[in-house]
Amino acid sequence: MQTKRTRQGFADGLMELARENQRVVVLDCDVSKATQTCDFQRLFPQRFFNCGVQEANMMSVAAGLALEGFIPFATTFGVFASCRAGDQVRNSIAYPKVNVKIAATHCGISTGGDGASHQANEDIAIMRSFPNMTILVPGDYEEAKLATKAAAAFNGPVYLRLGRDAYPVIAEIHHGFEIGKAKLLREGRDITLITTGIMVSEGLKAAEMLKEKNYSARVIHMPTLKPLDSEAVLQAGRETRRVVTAEEHSIIGGLGEAVAGLLSETIPTPVRRVGVKDVFGESGMASELLDKYGLRAINIYQEALRLLKES
Amino acid sequence: MALAWRASLKIWRQSPAGGRTYSIDRCFCCFCFGRDSQNVKEAPRPLLLAGIIHRMPTHGVKTLPMLDREEHRFFRQKAFEIRKSILEMVYKARSGHVGGSLGSADLVVALYYYLMRHNPSEPEWPDRDRFILSKGHCTPVIYAVLADCGYFPREGLNHFRRPGSHLQGHPYEPGTPGIDASTGTLGLGISTGVGMALAAKLQSRSHYVYILCGDGEIQEGQVWEAALFGNKYHLDNVIAFVDRNYLQTDGNSEQVMPLDPLASKWEAFGWRTYEIEGHNFDQIVSTVEQAKQLKGKPTMIIARTIKGKGVSFMENEVSWHGTPPNQEQFERAIKELTLAD
Repeated sequence: MQTKRTRQGFADGLMELARENQRVVVLDCDVSKATQTCDFQRLFPQRFFNCGVQEANMMSVAAGLALEGFIPFATTFGVFASCRAGDQVRNSIAYPKVNVKIAATHCGISTGGDGASHQANEDIAIMRSFPNMTILVPGDYEEAKLATKAAAAFNGPVYLRLGRDAYPVIAEIHHGFEIGKAKLLREGRDITLITTGIMVSEGLKAAEMLKEKNYSARVIHMPTLKPLDSEAVLQAGRETRRVVTAEEHSIIGGLGEAVAGLLSETIPTPVRRVGVKDVFGESGMASELLDKYGLRAINIYQEALRLLKES
Repeated sequence: MALAWRASLKIWRQSPAGGRTYSIDRCFCCFCFGRDSQNVKEAPRPLLLAGIIHRMPTHGVKTLPMLDREEHRFFRQKAFEIRKSILEMVYKARSGHVGGSLGSADLVVALYYYLMRHNPSEPEWPDRDRFILSKGHCTPVIYAVLADCGYFPREGLNHFRRPGSHLQGHPYEPGTPGIDASTGTLGLGISTGVGMALAAKLQSRSHYVYILCGDGEIQEGQVWEAALFGNKYHLDNVIAFVDRNYLQTDGNSEQVMPLDPLASKWEAFGWRTYEIEGHNFDQIVSTVEQAKQLKGKPTMIIARTIKGKGVSFMENEVSWHGTPPNQEQFERAIKELTLAD
């Protein structure tokens, strides 16, 4: 299976945007080689601002640029964007609803070798709790490109969540990207698997495994975590009566809680959450960590089977 | 770099005889005492005593008596009205920051009624000068001024800090005409300000971005991040103030977290730095006018002020940082202001 980096998709999308739109500017915090915005810097040096190692300042500077009509992409690692600069994102960007795009790379446990300090497993939880924030979590290279363009076209704060590693390319998600819309990848009657970000390929694999057991699993990919496509979730709850969510994020405050919260208030439905449990990660290869922390098709499959047998 | 520009800067001093000014080689402010001005950075900075702040000569600033008697009268009258509004607003809301608002009133008055290019009937005019209240808790002063300028009806001031009001406790840009940036947590404003100044450069606009910071505020690390940023991009369209009243919520700033020698800190960060008396309209105006002439660097004006200025029992009293006056105190304060006027 072909694999490609979502952060590269973002960087390539950014280049296309920059050619079309003079208002697109990029801010970076001394990680342009990692966030891949160095290509942008090479081609558009006048519109690239390296803030040095100062994430807090970058977010507020981005707000200042946006207030004057620019479309700034503030780029850094997810753990810095959400935790180090959380106050600036909240008060300079989300609260006044300023048109800043926060592009956070190195999110999730697949960040790998840098270890727990650099693996943002709580960034979605933080961003979800800020009113006015739109959260996009693309599943692969191509979708990251689409999400980048959609973010720029959208007027308001956006948190674009990207990974570090190369992830499988999934042809099914390469069309019709729309903020707030889920993508139905596979129809099913017995259970629904809702995935976000890079877990889409694992979700599809899990559906195949369930099929071998004669269960028909619906697969929904959720590239927008906020606003959540509640219609797709409610329909899934109504029609399949069981839901398993999968995200490369803590099970606290992410997709799982969003889906469970919505369903329990509307049509109570059993929901199982696959994600990083309430623990910090550690150093390792991305693939090793995804195995160890239970973020694989087999984990989704097992949760689904348990749910199918229970109810 | 800081030494180089200081050596080349012509230093002016007001003649003791009156209106005439003359050029001198040395600075005779109470820090320098006529010593070689290159040694300014090493000069001792004694803690300012409340009583001498307003008598302190300006360090290294060309002080020209630019304002005539009529203008002085106008400024005094405006400052009186604004201080009165501040007290009324905080008294009615039973909440708000009165000390810093009274203390910075003269700075904000000088900016909005003299120095800034702005148009209350067109708050979004792209070429207006921006003003960012980085010490966001002092909303009473900016709301009083904006209402007086006509950005919104004065009646709105009665609803300050009330549910449904567009006058929030801290500046909220989308809600209030004339507010250029949302601030609140300290340090945000100066960063947003340098961002707006960078935008102005990119758009080849000639307006200025004025930023008002508190002295307690600049203990925030983010302020110094913004300082580095302003220096890197040569944002000479930034003119920032520190409202230097030596007081913050928990007491004297030099005890809570020392900031002195403050001017040399800013100079070391590459900002052209002035120290002025923040209740002296001549100094405020002439310093800003001078800052506009000099290119290549952002400007920081350390304005020595008296927290609670204008009301004797609030002056230099840290307890008036965020406490509203009761009825008796309010009436006494208004009476004092009126008598002084």
